[in-house]
Amino acid sequence: MSSARTLACVVVLAVCAMSLGANWLAPAGYAQQFREAPSAPPSHKHLLGTDEIGRDRFARILYGTRISLLLAPAAALVSTVLAALVGGLAGYLGGIWLRLARAFTDLFLSLPWLFLLITVRALLPLNVSPLTSVLITFLILGLLGWAASARVLSTSAEALRNSDFILQARASGLRDPRLFFVHVLPNLKPVLYAQFWISIPVFILSEANLGILGLGVAEPLPSWGSLLRELEGLISFREEPWRLVPLLLLIVVLTSFQLLLSNEEVTA
Amino acid sequence: MCLRKMPLWKTLLWKIARHLGAIAALVLLGGLISATLVRMAPGFDADERELDPSLSAESVRALHQSRAGEHNILSFYAAYLRGVIHGDLGTSHALGQPVRTLLRERWPVTVRVAGVGLLLAWLLASTLAFTACLWRRPAYEILGITVSGAFLCIPAAVLALLSVILNAPGYLAIALIVFPKIYRYSRNLLAKAYSLPHITAARARGLGEVRILAWHVLPVAGPQMIALAGITVSIALGASIPVEALCGLPGIGQLAWQAALSRDLPLLVNLTVLVTLVTLLANSGADVMNYMLRPREA
Repeated sequence: MSSARTLACVVVLAVCAMSLGANWLAPAGYAQQFREAPSAPPSHKHLLGTDEIGRDRFARILYGTRISLLLAPAAALVSTVLAALVGGLAGYLGGIWLRLARAFTDLFLSLPWLFLLITVRALLPLNVSPLTSVLITFLILGLLGWAASARVLSTSAEALRNSDFILQARASGLRDPRLFFVHVLPNLKPVLYAQFWISIPVFILSEANLGILGLGVAEPLPSWGSLLRELEGLISFREEPWRLVPLLLLIVVLTSFQLLLSNEEVTA
Repeated sequence: MCLRKMPLWKTLLWKIARHLGAIAALVLLGGLISATLVRMAPGFDADERELDPSLSAESVRALHQSRAGEHNILSFYAAYLRGVIHGDLGTSHALGQPVRTLLRERWPVTVRVAGVGLLLAWLLASTLAFTACLWRRPAYEILGITVSGAFLCIPAAVLALLSVILNAPGYLAIALIVFPKIYRYSRNLLAKAYSLPHITAARARGLGEVRILAWHVLPVAGPQMIALAGITVSIALGASIPVEALCGLPGIGQLAWQAALSRDLPLLVNLTVLVTLVTLLANSGADVMNYMLRPREA
């Protein structure tokens, strides 16, 4: 592992550990209001100051990071499983199934990702509890983000379909379900892992976009999207530079994810 | 049909016809799926105007009946397609204007903002990618990768917000959203093309860098760059949503945003059809251009 990848791994693990330890590092919690100190600058009591309604910004960043970093991989898992089933199965079966799956993925990919996302998110209820809004947001990401991965997986599975060991297994009398789950899917593992890791930063960015546009996680629950929404009221960077901390943290974490993905994985 | 034995113009026509057929099918299917999704959305029947206490029971009933035609999605879609044939795209519920007028008014803004943004992004990315490959200085490459990597990690909506704070034009935000994707891909393509043995041989024979680029590198990397150009149209269209919504630019992106928030069925269906059409046309255009530029056997 190169030194850059080691450093990236350490950064991601450190950020994960800090967000998981939010209960101890920021016992005040993300929703408690310090009404005597709204929009306060950084101090010993509030390391990154408070927001407009007096909530501790440091605590909100830790809890928001926890939500984004735990649920983006969960959404990536959903989309990878869907991609494996749709793309992998279509590639393995070939013929009309492959053409149908490709037409369907083409349809998904012909719509800009953000357009598809805001349309589908806006169709679902917006006035729901914060916990439901978190689940809706990340579930949508998982359910809609499979198309590009399915396209890659269908090509890989198609190549496997005519390989010698599959032909031999078929000649030995193995049935399609067993062939697919026992012989094809395990051989797609490298591509599946790559698609899973690639999806995580994409979903983190998408949640952030949705949050800024007001279609993400509902208040008072924080996420990177809702934290970045605070930038809307910023007049200049010099005035309150600490408000840029969520953005810097997002850049650092996503850069680390990029470094963790080697070139081979990205092109897989 | 065996394309190899047909003359070039016939194969080209056949290819274009196949693309147009696929585009028509996908666009129609996209519109139907969009209409179905909106129809199935919870609270589709609810209309905020019905809550107005000044409205009589009859007015509320009339409001409810005005949307009755949208309850059966297939009949709504069939009526919509009949209207499209006659040039009527329906009326927006939220904005109370004909969709055709809204699209005509707003389309030029998006074409200008996304078009200039796309042009800037290509200019910046290709300049950086070409110079990185020609110059081959590690420091310059690291700088390019760091800058593009940083922009790749910033959400499109944040770049839009930053452009508002810095009073920068919207097209600059779109350019910065699209630039890293073009840079990374074209940089890899060019690096791969420059590492081919015949380029090393051409260098060893003393060919100039410009000649190597024009005669040996571009023909190898060109087709994929053209395909990338098609894809970037879709990326720029997607980027125009947060940029126009947050920068207050009255274009298609802002309209899509308003339509999504107000669950405006006629507007959403038209926008889905339009966006799908533009994206597919861009991708198919790139494919046909690649086919035309492909070297052929004598």
